[in-house]
Amino acid sequence: MGLTRRTFDAVIVGGGGAGLRAALELARADLKVAVLSKVFPTRSHTVAAQGGVAAALGNSEEDNWHWHMYDTVKGSDYLGDQDAIEFMCRAAPEVVYELEHFGMPFDRLSDGRIYQRPFGGHMQAYGMNPVQRACAAADRTGHAMLHTLYQANVKAHTQFFVEWMALDLIRDREGDVLGVVAMEIETGEVMIFQARATLLATGGAARIFASSTNAFINTGDGLGMVARAGVPLQDMEFFQFHPTGVYGAGVLITEGVRGEGGYLLNKNGERFMERYAPNAKDLASRDVVSRAMATEIKEGRGAGKDGDYILLKLDHLGADVINKRLPGIREISIKFANADPIKEPIPVVPTAHYMMGGIPSNYRGQVVAPRGGNPEEVVRGLHAAGECACVSVHGANRLGCNSLLDLLVFGRAAARQIIDDLRSSPQARKDLPPDAGEMTLARLARLDSQKNGERVADVSAEMRRIMQHHCGVFRFPDLLVEGVKKIKETAARAARTEIQDKSKTFNTARVEALEFDNLVETAVASLISAEARKESRGSHDRADFPKRDDANWLKHTLYYKEGHRLEYKPVHTKPLTVEPFAPKARVY
Amino acid sequence: MGERDRIRWHCRRGMLELDLLLQAFLDRHFEHLSAQELAILTELLEYPDNDLLDLVTRRAEPCEERLSLLLNLIRES
Ligand SMILES: Cc1cc2nc3c(=O)[nH]c(=O)nc-3n(C[C@H](O)[C@H](O)[C@H](O)COP(=O)(O)OP(=O)(O)OC[C@H]3O[C@@H](n4cnc5c(N)ncnc54)[C@H](O)[C@@H]3O)c2cc1C
Repeated sequence: MGLTRRTFDAVIVGGGGAGLRAALELARADLKVAVLSKVFPTRSHTVAAQGGVAAALGNSEEDNWHWHMYDTVKGSDYLGDQDAIEFMCRAAPEVVYELEHFGMPFDRLSDGRIYQRPFGGHMQAYGMNPVQRACAAADRTGHAMLHTLYQANVKAHTQFFVEWMALDLIRDREGDVLGVVAMEIETGEVMIFQARATLLATGGAARIFASSTNAFINTGDGLGMVARAGVPLQDMEFFQFHPTGVYGAGVLITEGVRGEGGYLLNKNGERFMERYAPNAKDLASRDVVSRAMATEIKEGRGAGKDGDYILLKLDHLGADVINKRLPGIREISIKFANADPIKEPIPVVPTAHYMMGGIPSNYRGQVVAPRGGNPEEVVRGLHAAGECACVSVHGANRLGCNSLLDLLVFGRAAARQIIDDLRSSPQARKDLPPDAGEMTLARLARLDSQKNGERVADVSAEMRRIMQHHCGVFRFPDLLVEGVKKIKETAARAARTEIQDKSKTFNTARVEALEFDNLVETAVASLISAEARKESRGSHDRADFPKRDDANWLKHTLYYKEGHRLEYKPVHTKPLTVEPFAPKARVY
Repeated sequence: MGERDRIRWHCRRGMLELDLLLQAFLDRHFEHLSAQELAILTELLEYPDNDLLDLVTRRAEPCEERLSLLLNLIRES
């Protein structure tokens, strides 16, 4: 076995918000931590988050974690696990203050406390009226968070492996995870990172859709690794579509535009949201607005020559408001939509934005899978946090600003569990299985020797088209069934991708082929899970089953790569200390 | 070749806006860039994503004139 091996107490795959928060906790506990990242950590996708991080600090208005918890449970369309949601909402103020102490430059009130702004779905008094709960650093919250956490990690001596791509988990016969196999992008060198704890924090995978707000880097690597290692993926049918992605480009136009008074029009110039959500109108929750837009388009009231987009009007706000209160929107719109919002509306469509599903984990960040009759047996040595994990706090629909919170709370929780594990059983590390790394080397060899294969770009475009057409905002039974067939065919083609450039150094073609393996796993899991769920809930909206069905479907989906098998497990409807919130109709 | 490939990878950013703009730029101009232009591109890619986006969408101007030429190529791609 020729692979070089390095050993650590913990290896973290991912240097975004979740990975960095976890790494900091571990490094401060004097553990030897390695953080692997495909890109420089501060260029992780967390940098794109503008809106803020939710926490019931009550700085401007009365607020408390019970209300935040209620909003999150309701927002999740009752698919969220209430123990995990309670855990997150209770911990929120603490993790935000901690971040403040690490140096996060939050916007402030005149008395010095953290300023908070309102955000969709966050309400006072169990859904009564909007509350200021989002803590932000101007329109650069994610950027500020990454920089703050990165600096703190440097001080705490976290070891970074920048431009290293993890390829596979190492799992032994007992099912324990003993580390990862990774490739240095610069040299093409493959190495084993052995560790007693492996934490996946690889972010989202909305790049499986043709229309996506996500950066190119969001390729679901952690999900592919887990699926290949025989661990299931949870609730993969639930992807959130943001109502206002720029038509054709995907680039996000923040909710703030509608907050400031912008609104949506169909091709007849009608303000249609008044029909769908008489109270909240254009500010109803994301799944509600996206569905309304898709309905308008489907019923022939979309704008443009193909009738396939909606208009976001803000010219009535005036140049001053647009320039001052919506920084960057005008430039983005001119650049990507070729429309100057001071004069004309922006063409927008619901755009894939956030993955609610992911790697099944509990609120301690431990990855769990069915075993020996227990639906949630811990997979020893494996942890997950951030968008790649399904804890599940977001259930069938995430509330804005709850994701950055999720990174902080569960990044920290996962690290604390790892610290406990390592201290309570300080035995020597397990030996690697004799075949460690072989599956990965075989995958790489296959890619290098493939003849008459498929171009990654072609198969990848096909995958995105299938997902968009067969598994988008609206889901139709015949399209889903056909989509499952097509995506399986695409997955078979993905096994035969070929790259022309076989060089070792900074071979982006190879990296993209390896990323595509993970995207395809994610796409197959999503389509198969979506076809099987015969109800509508949160972001999953079926024409043939338009209602939520708690009697039959208040349960989590588990998808296994092997045989494309599905299983289900119960939702945790019991919180840790408070009374459960029973499912109710969701009105906004 | 190695250096060009490194730069190409560094055009992978955390924000979709930059991915799209830099991709369009690479497709049009990358083959023809001089060594000096590559050096300036490398420098620009060191900027944090938000600052780079401001520069590329003309919300900000570079503090150094010598960055402008290449920046304009990106802006017009
Ligand atoms: C445009 C936009 C705006 C948003 N705004 C908000 C907001 O205002 N508030 C909010 O709460 N949420 C927001 N979100 C969601 C939120 O930003 C993300 O869910 C969150 O940042 C994900 O963080 P993460 O740490 O899980 O992953 P990321 O930040 O995506 O980091 C993933 C890390 O994993 C690394 N990685 C991935 N694969 C590998 C591999 N194979 N090997 C090595 N490293 C790997 C990457 O290099 C990266 O460092 C927004 C999302 C988008 C798209």
